[in-house]
Amino acid sequence: MLQVETVVKSFDDFKAVNGASLSVGKGEIVAVIGPNGAGKTTLFNVITGLLRRDSGKIIFKGEDIGGLPPYEICKKGIARSFQIVNIFPRLTVFRNVQVAVLSQQRRSNTLFRPASSMVLNETNNILESVGFLDKAHSIAGSLSHGDQKILEIAIALGNEPELLILDEPTAGMSPEETSATMELVKRLAQMRGLTILFCEHDMDIVFSVAQSIMVMHQGRTLVQGKPEEVRNNPFVQEAYLGVE
Amino acid sequence: MFNEVIRLKWFGPSIVIFLVLFILPSFIPRFYTYILALIYVTSLLAMSLNLVVGHGGMFQFHHGVFYGVGAYTVALMLTKTSLPMWTGFIAGPIVAAIIGFIIGWFCVRLTRLYFGMLQISLGSLIWAIVLRWYSFTGGDDGIHGVPIAPFLSSLNSSYYFILIVLVICLIVMYLILKSPFGNTLQAIRDNPQRCEAIGINVRRHQLIAIVIATFFGGLAGVLFVVLERSVFTDMLFWVLSLEIFIMCLLGGWFTFVGPIFGAAIIVALRTFVSIFTEYWTLILGVILILIIFFLPEGVMGYFQEIFKPRTKETVKEGTK
Repeated sequence: MLQVETVVKSFDDFKAVNGASLSVGKGEIVAVIGPNGAGKTTLFNVITGLLRRDSGKIIFKGEDIGGLPPYEICKKGIARSFQIVNIFPRLTVFRNVQVAVLSQQRRSNTLFRPASSMVLNETNNILESVGFLDKAHSIAGSLSHGDQKILEIAIALGNEPELLILDEPTAGMSPEETSATMELVKRLAQMRGLTILFCEHDMDIVFSVAQSIMVMHQGRTLVQGKPEEVRNNPFVQEAYLGVE
Repeated sequence: MFNEVIRLKWFGPSIVIFLVLFILPSFIPRFYTYILALIYVTSLLAMSLNLVVGHGGMFQFHHGVFYGVGAYTVALMLTKTSLPMWTGFIAGPIVAAIIGFIIGWFCVRLTRLYFGMLQISLGSLIWAIVLRWYSFTGGDDGIHGVPIAPFLSSLNSSYYFILIVLVICLIVMYLILKSPFGNTLQAIRDNPQRCEAIGINVRRHQLIAIVIATFFGGLAGVLFVVLERSVFTDMLFWVLSLEIFIMCLLGGWFTFVGPIFGAAIIVALRTFVSIFTEYWTLILGVILILIIFFLPEGVMGYFQEIFKPRTKETVKEGTK
């Protein structure tokens, strides 16, 4: 579904992503791992159009989406959450998600109809699936950090994506929140038939959830394969997992 | 569509206020009627700016230009052509919106302060043109004695006209802010990057908001001509723009009616304090400092905060 081929992105002289490749099949859960500074977030930013790639190809459903602005890429069916909480803090939880649903339905420019009566069902469905119905009318900025990270995912779901990209969905969460969140992600993937691409530091999570793992090191792709293959790969053990 | 307005909790009180304001000219001296009308015109101007500043998060530093363009358009049309008056009334806001589109088209490419700086520069360009093009605009003499049809020429009738137009504009602005467009605009204010990521063309959205705001700004200019029957270049000068910006901050830029309070405070200060001293801005400065310290969300923001506990169900959208 998504093919990333030898993408390069540099900031001045520093090559943050230096020939990364990635392949995500439909319905798969794919993880990207690598030490801090390996270029995972930059790679995600390049895929979603926040940053422009210097070279390489990003093929989504047979179409090169490299160089498109983020809102165009979103309309192709890729939604994302951010590593650092990136929500609409002054709006209610309900409206945070509703804005995305309205955008998905191409109704963001409707001028003279009250938004409070539009796309209620769609929005409430999403809130329900992440267990947020009771928080719908809280101001988003007042939620706990863990809840804000989940709201991140809920906003992304508002776009009815085919491919959901999660940049460290559990960053800053307690162990309990972390496992609950990953359960949620797995359940959403099943319920909605999502393809998921995520990156994560917790190896237990990665190896238990992901069906395919891509290892990045200094901007390059070391290897991509099934969890077992990755675990047994000598390069990976040396560079990242640490040989015991 | 209008149910949204009628269902509001403060719909009743608003009707009462409107009726009081409507009969007021029969009881108060002409001077006060004039001041009230001036407050309405300024309120519309401040409200229009707040669409982009408070609700859109864009630093539209030179909004006065569109006020001036609206006023000059109608003044020029009524003095230089024999077109009927209402065509001028329509052309004013439209020309302002066109200028708003052109300036906005460049400005939305920048963000935050850079947006504001470019806005001031391009706006000042318009001001300079109006000031220097003596043969057409009258330069710094302005245009005086704009002919207004008899039925609008008395102070009271212009008062009523301005009040009614203001109320209609407030309703329309309210509907816009509550629409998907308005909600999305507020989302862009909070987090433009995230909006791009959920498929919103941020620049285009901002540009539409600017066009709407400048349309209302131009309309305020038209109302000014109805009231004063003259225009002058100070309307396009950046000092006035700063004043409107302060009105938004003073009244509470995250609230809907805040700018009206801001406009009322500033117009009243200018009128009544300047009787005693020409340094009325000194008093304004002190008041501003006090407000920034004690009411950081503005006057209206402060009142909303006070009344919050009793109106907790205000955010009830989407529960039906």
